[in-house]
Amino acid sequence: MEQLSAKELRDGIAAGRISSLEATRAVFERIRRFEPTIGAYLSTCQDMALERAADVDGRIASGKTVGPLAGVPVAVKDNMCTTFGATTCASKILANFHAPYNATAVERLLAADAVIVGKANMDEFAMGSSTENSGLKQTVNPWDTTRVPGGSSGGSAAAVAARLCFAALGSDTGGSIRQPASFCGVVGLKPTYGRVSRYGLVAYGSSLDQIGPLARTVEDAALMMNIIAGHDPADSTSVDEATAPVCDYLQKLDEPIKPFRIGVVPQFAAGADEQVQKALSEAMEIYKKLGAEITEVEMRHLDYAIAAYYVIATAEASSNLARYDGVHYGHRTANPNDYVEVYSKSRAEAFGQEVKRRIMLGTYALSSGYYDAYYLKALKVRNLIRSDFSAAFEKCDCIMMPVAPTTAFKIGEKVNDPLQMYLSDIYTIAANLAGVPGISIPCGSDDRDLPIGLQIMTPTFAEDKLLRIARMYEKETDWHKKEPRLAND
Amino acid sequence: MTNVQYKVIVGLEIHVQLCTKSKMFCSCAVEFGAAPNSRVCPVCLGMPGVLPVMNRQAFEYAVLVGLALDCRIPMFTKWDRKSYYYPDLPKNYQISQYDLPLAANGFLEIPLESGGGKKIGIIRAHLEEDAGKNLHTAGNFSQVDLNRTGTPLLEIVTEPDMNSGAEVRALATELQRIVRFLGVSEADMQKGHMRFEPNINLIITKDGAEYRTPIAEIKNLNSFRALERSVNYEVRRQLDEFLETGQVMEMGNKTTRGWDDEQEVSVLQREKEEAHDYRYFPEPDLVPVELTPEWLQQIRSRLCELPLQKQMRYVEQYKLSDYDAGVLTAELSTAEFFDEVVRDGAEPKRVCNLLTQTGLKIANEKGCTINNLGVTPEGIAHLARMVEADTVSSSSSVSIFEVMVETGKGPEVLAEELNLIQKSDAGELERIVDQVLAENPGAVEDVTGGGKKSKKARGFLLGQVMQKTRGQANPKVVSDILDKKLD
Repeated sequence: MEQLSAKELRDGIAAGRISSLEATRAVFERIRRFEPTIGAYLSTCQDMALERAADVDGRIASGKTVGPLAGVPVAVKDNMCTTFGATTCASKILANFHAPYNATAVERLLAADAVIVGKANMDEFAMGSSTENSGLKQTVNPWDTTRVPGGSSGGSAAAVAARLCFAALGSDTGGSIRQPASFCGVVGLKPTYGRVSRYGLVAYGSSLDQIGPLARTVEDAALMMNIIAGHDPADSTSVDEATAPVCDYLQKLDEPIKPFRIGVVPQFAAGADEQVQKALSEAMEIYKKLGAEITEVEMRHLDYAIAAYYVIATAEASSNLARYDGVHYGHRTANPNDYVEVYSKSRAEAFGQEVKRRIMLGTYALSSGYYDAYYLKALKVRNLIRSDFSAAFEKCDCIMMPVAPTTAFKIGEKVNDPLQMYLSDIYTIAANLAGVPGISIPCGSDDRDLPIGLQIMTPTFAEDKLLRIARMYEKETDWHKKEPRLAND
Repeated sequence: MTNVQYKVIVGLEIHVQLCTKSKMFCSCAVEFGAAPNSRVCPVCLGMPGVLPVMNRQAFEYAVLVGLALDCRIPMFTKWDRKSYYYPDLPKNYQISQYDLPLAANGFLEIPLESGGGKKIGIIRAHLEEDAGKNLHTAGNFSQVDLNRTGTPLLEIVTEPDMNSGAEVRALATELQRIVRFLGVSEADMQKGHMRFEPNINLIITKDGAEYRTPIAEIKNLNSFRALERSVNYEVRRQLDEFLETGQVMEMGNKTTRGWDDEQEVSVLQREKEEAHDYRYFPEPDLVPVELTPEWLQQIRSRLCELPLQKQMRYVEQYKLSDYDAGVLTAELSTAEFFDEVVRDGAEPKRVCNLLTQTGLKIANEKGCTINNLGVTPEGIAHLARMVEADTVSSSSSVSIFEVMVETGKGPEVLAEELNLIQKSDAGELERIVDQVLAENPGAVEDVTGGGKKSKKARGFLLGQVMQKTRGQANPKVVSDILDKKLD
């Protein structure tokens, strides 16, 4: 049963051929066996999951209508608020935080009758590219347990890859869905900024954060998008339906786009490992066979993306994370002498190194006298990158490039070298700065049998097109069908 | 003795709480005096993951004030985060407006005691969310009440155009009248709906040279009295300080002072203007507000005649005294009631007397506004016309007004019931006068004899007639008859 895609499982459950309760039990059986090794979850909610699964089965048996994800076991990254279990953001400062409300994306999953099995591990407050910054747990890559699953949505990606759920929600601020998807050999979609409500997503870089699906297939990603996409009055930055209508992403998914042009940025992609580059060119060949035309586009400002990102994201983070002060909720230091110590000691004790580093960076960037030189300058770069994308999309339907310069690296390999770590987001950050959607789909393996991802980006709100382009490739190849071999399997 | 002259320079920052039903960025009720932390939700508590949604009503109210203050209203404004750590600020940043306020470059005309008006420049007005309250009543711990957190506040900053405590007070009261007239704030000082922070210094001329004293800002004043007195105190203090030390304004020597209401002194809080770094940056969770001409027009259509305009019109058009016109325009409800009574055809001066001398007195006693007394403008117009037509005396009109409030009955019915219809029938009154004159020959003699007793005796006779008619005789008619008989 765990071989099924989410869509296949859903169809089977809806048709009464498969029991959701059985599927859910099977998932928890795998969690029992493999989770001790993988460490994908910060918490699971087995009782609630089994109850919901049984309820779905009962409703289907009695002929009642059920939601579009009825009975499908899914995971949610632990930076989305849920009224069940804790919402920790993998931080000691929120280790015991129980949210009083559900994030909109979670509400939508529940309304679609999905069965949520647990909350996935991540880099603390989504700051990181390897999930090593989790303050609570280490997640490993199911393809090689000495390697990182990527990050920050490393738990979500590992859970999907190890079949510890059928699909998952992650969040992507600078590549946090696409990069772990690439490292774990699954599909990961970062939607257009504003497509999915951020309400209830614990903010890191508010102008960059976006929730999206991690799934086994492009089709599953489309299915998940059908559920989570759309305007939310609680999120002023979510785009209204009149401006950008949400469509049924499954409806035309199998219709290829013809003819279409793929934009590539050769000198930029040249920074990636040879094996990554090779997989990319092979993917281009397949697209060519499918009738695509490859065209070079100039994107002159991509080289500045990382610099701009680490100013903007950290500036926003320094403000977003100010609320974790030990006063109202979360960790509070034991014996403060005054209220200033409540702040300084609580934060010093409970935030991890990387979070502290980014808070300091962002605070500095916003400080008077530096604002113009850093924050304002970064905003200008961001605008230039946006223009680069607009200009490029005049010439092509989509842009393709690697997701990450390498495949999954070793645990501990980059954790003491933040700059090296930051560079692993070099290909993904631009989409966040420009707000455009990007997807990572499996497109090869390196000589260690580690997955390689292909990144595709389209203009804003063109997720339907993006998914169709990705689907064209998926239909031609079997990369997405490869599974990691787990110990004890 | 050296020759010292000085000029007072005051600019004012005012925070006005807008009277929206819900808070600035969430749907919690704005309510004074509720149990601590009972009017809160994840959004105003600043819980992880929450997002603000702008209260359109608050924005429209703010723009309306901007229009009333003759400000330029930009079609594009945005929100910014102002960062500082304080327990009553759950996000540790306040959503405010930094470089693009929703209103700028206006003025407010204040009435001067010497008569006439003076224009005070308005630099800007912007919206922001209020913080909660820290309570220090629980021993070793402080407590935080976040009911007020997220309440919409309009911050208005004036030019330093005021030159006395009285002018500062006049601006504050005028602004209170305006926001009440516009219906955008209750402006109840007791509930902290208006808070003031004056910036004060002096330009001193001494032996022909000019000096400027260091600016002092007095924080968080919440009564007109404290505002005026603190400015006056600060003027004396700065003058004394200058004469003693010669200290003049320099970069960074602005001080912050608090006002001690009991001792009536200002107390130094911060010696030097701390280099406060609020790390402002654009709020990424909110979209900028773009006004359309239609939307702006819709807001503009809610502008009413402003209190000072109305007051001046009452003086010019109705020949009311400036004082009476001021009383009538102190509250919008009074002014509107007055306008309606006058619209019903009653004589303005008469209406003014009825309302200021009787109506407002009763309303005050009952602790309500004049429109809530249970009397209609038509009823009062009718009463005014009855006085006009001498059907009732103006002293009877007071009793009729009072009983109208008590019973809700109309003035005509009450005048009958209370036997207050004036007797103006000269024939009947002449008969009674004759009777009184016959009964009081001594007094008649005093009157006709002239001299100092005459006036008093005449009054006595008039009183006798009024007594015999149980107050219903028209005193004017009786007086005429007496004149005729006794001349």
